[in-house]
Amino acid sequence: MASAFFNALDYQAIKPEILVTMFGLAVLLFDYLLDKRDKYLNAVLALIGLGFALLQFGIFWVKHFSTGGAAYLGFDGCFAFDSFAVVTKTIILLATAFVVLISMKYLEIEEANQGEYYALLLFAAVGMMFMVSGVDLIVLFVALEVMALCEYVLAGFLRKDRRSNEASVKFFLLGAFSSGLLLYGMSLLYGIGGSTKLNIIAERLRDRPATDPLSWIALITLLAGMYFKIAAVPFHQWTPDTYEGAPTSITAFISVAPKVASFGFIIRILFMGLGPLRVEWQALTIGVAIATMTLGNLAAITQDNIKRFFGYSAISHVGYLLLGLVAAADGDANGLRAIIIYLIVYAFMNLGAFGVIIMMRRKDIIGDEIDDLSGLMSRAPALALLMLVFLLSLAGIPPTAGFIAKYFIFLSLVETGHYYLAVLGVVYAVVALYYYFRIVVVMFMKKSLDEIPYASSLGLRVVLGVTVTVTLLIGIYPQPIIDIAREAIRPFSP
Amino acid sequence: MAFFHDHILSIILFIPLVGIIPLFLIPGENKQAIRTWGNIVLFVDFLASLPLVFWFTSETPSQQFKFIEQHAWIPSIGAQFHLGIDGISFLLIMLTTVLGFIAVLSSWTAIQERVAEYYAMFMLLQVGMLGVFMSLDFFLFYVFWEVMLVPMYFIIGVWGGPRKLYAAIKFFLYTLTGSVLMLLGILTLYLNYTLPDGSHTFDLTELMKHAHSWPLQMQIWVFAAFAIGFAIKVPMFPFHTWLPDAHVEAPTAGSVILAGVLLKMGTYGFIRFSLPLLPDASSDARVVKVMVWLSLIAIVYGALVSLMQKDMKKLIAYSSVSHLGFCTLGIFALNPHGLQGSVIQQINHGISTGALFLIVGLIYERRHTREIKEFGGISNVMPVYATLFMIVMLSSIGLPLLNGFIGEFTILQGAYEANWRWAAIAVSGIVLGAAYMLWLYQRTMFGPCENPKNQILKDLSFREIMTLVPLILWAFWIGVYPKPFFDVLNKPVNAIVEQLNPNFFGAAQSSSVAPALPARPPITITLTNPAGGATR
Repeated sequence: MASAFFNALDYQAIKPEILVTMFGLAVLLFDYLLDKRDKYLNAVLALIGLGFALLQFGIFWVKHFSTGGAAYLGFDGCFAFDSFAVVTKTIILLATAFVVLISMKYLEIEEANQGEYYALLLFAAVGMMFMVSGVDLIVLFVALEVMALCEYVLAGFLRKDRRSNEASVKFFLLGAFSSGLLLYGMSLLYGIGGSTKLNIIAERLRDRPATDPLSWIALITLLAGMYFKIAAVPFHQWTPDTYEGAPTSITAFISVAPKVASFGFIIRILFMGLGPLRVEWQALTIGVAIATMTLGNLAAITQDNIKRFFGYSAISHVGYLLLGLVAAADGDANGLRAIIIYLIVYAFMNLGAFGVIIMMRRKDIIGDEIDDLSGLMSRAPALALLMLVFLLSLAGIPPTAGFIAKYFIFLSLVETGHYYLAVLGVVYAVVALYYYFRIVVVMFMKKSLDEIPYASSLGLRVVLGVTVTVTLLIGIYPQPIIDIAREAIRPFSP
Repeated sequence: MAFFHDHILSIILFIPLVGIIPLFLIPGENKQAIRTWGNIVLFVDFLASLPLVFWFTSETPSQQFKFIEQHAWIPSIGAQFHLGIDGISFLLIMLTTVLGFIAVLSSWTAIQERVAEYYAMFMLLQVGMLGVFMSLDFFLFYVFWEVMLVPMYFIIGVWGGPRKLYAAIKFFLYTLTGSVLMLLGILTLYLNYTLPDGSHTFDLTELMKHAHSWPLQMQIWVFAAFAIGFAIKVPMFPFHTWLPDAHVEAPTAGSVILAGVLLKMGTYGFIRFSLPLLPDASSDARVVKVMVWLSLIAIVYGALVSLMQKDMKKLIAYSSVSHLGFCTLGIFALNPHGLQGSVIQQINHGISTGALFLIVGLIYERRHTREIKEFGGISNVMPVYATLFMIVMLSSIGLPLLNGFIGEFTILQGAYEANWRWAAIAVSGIVLGAAYMLWLYQRTMFGPCENPKNQILKDLSFREIMTLVPLILWAFWIGVYPKPFFDVLNKPVNAIVEQLNPNFFGAAQSSSVAPALPARPPITITLTNPAGGATR
């Protein structure tokens, strides 16, 4: 179908991506027209773009929900527009919009209020959207690099801050290395499959013997590259430093949106392309998941810097998500469903927590130590209670969303008979509670260090309001989210 | 009225939750108003639970659970909002509403900081505890079971003693470890029972019907998972180490609720979930052996450690370990007497130990110490206090005509029926119990009042007396006329025993009709049992 270059349906399918790109470019132009004090309009423009794109998905959802929305394979079979893509893209766009909202005040304080910031955020979002839709190695790789390059720049956005520079360089060097590995794996897959299309690769892999060393090498290099992106152990070393050094709003961003996109990417490759190698990648993933949970949970205990702390906390959550992947490898629908639910929940609760943390950056206070939250309860009770909800949710205590997420992970593990992994998972949930409650102790039982007011803003309040509502609502009435997740995994059901 | 009758459980359950909202609308400086509101809410909750007493005893519907409320909640995973009570949960709910109100009443002067938060935490705690006793859905039960940890953490951690942070997080981590393992057990049961339409359910009444078809091996694993969760909560030896810390550091009202209600959730869990859902594992000889011996160790060990304590609160905390050992012993005697005695003893322990913690709290508020050696001769300066203390102390050691006796005696009876050696060992716990309590009383209340700080102590105020009076009345009621309590327990206990061993009451009886155990005339027990009297 070479003549289908101007196929209208293809462009319909990527309309949200086009919209976000256009608005990203518009922000770049618009930025020159603005006075210094009007820079917030950049953010408004970015929000409008994200809003339009979200609206597209909303319309799709209303039209096709419950019919499953027959998947559309566009661009010569390189780009899938299905319910999985819609759900993950919605999370990505929402997360990006939240990050835009929490960035406005923060950038003002940091005096880094430039239009490029928002443009880069939007471009990163475009990359991620293609990542979860790609069913072709080239599309997937280019999308991944679009996202990653934007992230490298954003991590180093505070040019005068040495920690920010360090974060960016570390992230870039290790990221480039992992992209190399990933690309190597992809080239081997291309050699095996003779095509870059995932479904053709899967067919060819099925014909090969399971002990074939070539597919093993391809698998291992590919997994290493992918697990780097989600910061699974032992490919996590960049995480703490990058989380600590990057602007707080970007830390919030890279702790959520790229995780969602990367898991979408991983699920596409593992289930659509490497399905025949299930047993092999499941065995590797079990090892990585155990290591990830262990290191993430244990290392988080001793952190004093709250951004590093959340870096390790993110690693431990990745460990749980990988457990879902392990269960899903056994063909368990609950495993994939658990991953989707977990990603949705994690996006809301983690961004909520970062919304509180970012308020600690005020006047001359960097506000990235756990102790900066001291006495929050006596100074701003509402804020402390919000943070409590987010922390309980992160620790997986009912009736918050985090419990529902962990519940489905454990359910899928028990269902597939991975009892020892389930036991390990619940035990680490206890450890997680311990370190999350270090923050609670500081907030509720310590005296405040200073009296400088917190950096609140309308955008922040909106984000906190929405995230806390969703976190509690999912916890109390999870039915809708379960339905959404059920729809989302439809493309992968046999 | 019909609405009230049909939704009484939800109403009792959610009154405290709704009551939290106005608490934060009252300005923080107006502590008096906040206190009044906190007391009103929990008092109203107690009043709302009173009609249960009349309705529960007068109605006899055929099904096992009464006042059922069943609504869809998360249909896709088979979790429902399913409430309902039988005799066992009924008694524990009454205990909860009474102790909840008394605990709050007792904190009127003790809590001066962050008052609104304090009352909010107690109300949230109340919701969690009531929910645990009311849930007939495993998922719902688990949610309440966990919800309750957070307020208790804050009660210990914010308003507690010098080592409060350590005690609070220890409490939280210990109980959380148990409950997450329990969650895995719940999931195993859930996944191993498929409804005709291919879905799964958390409905307890459904799962119970299926209980005997699960293989023994699986039942034992699930039993182990449950047992860890419940045993930590009880707490059974060797999982008890969090208890003394939590009790010593918690504020008085926290200790009262902790000892009075929270610990019962563990024993309740055994009775409600472990036994009926895992009948084969629960009656497996090896399992029974382990559980009984752990109970016996707890009885003796708890009592011995109590003897050596220098801190009054710690003494009572360890005595709880011993008393709860009786409760678990009664449960794993696996006969009607043992189970009935266990539930009665749970109520007794709530009354007596709750009251003892109040007693210690009263003196602590005056002297800010709980060291036994700081006191002596208090009966000279605080006669009312000493009298009330005496009654409570006697009820705790099980003097006939007071509640403790009824529970311990019935448990020993049940244990004896199962294996006389168990009863023989458990009796030593009663003797030691009398020893440490009487010794405590003697050292603090009798003798000359030499310490000048003690000579100026004021006796109890009316409010303080009123916190103790209901408990003492209740203690006498159970002690003198326990028949209503046994009547209420007869049916559920027999149902459980039958679930464990369908032939227990003889094969002739059909399974649908709960055989009426001959109602035992309780007062005659005290007269006709020379052994029971002799041990005291």
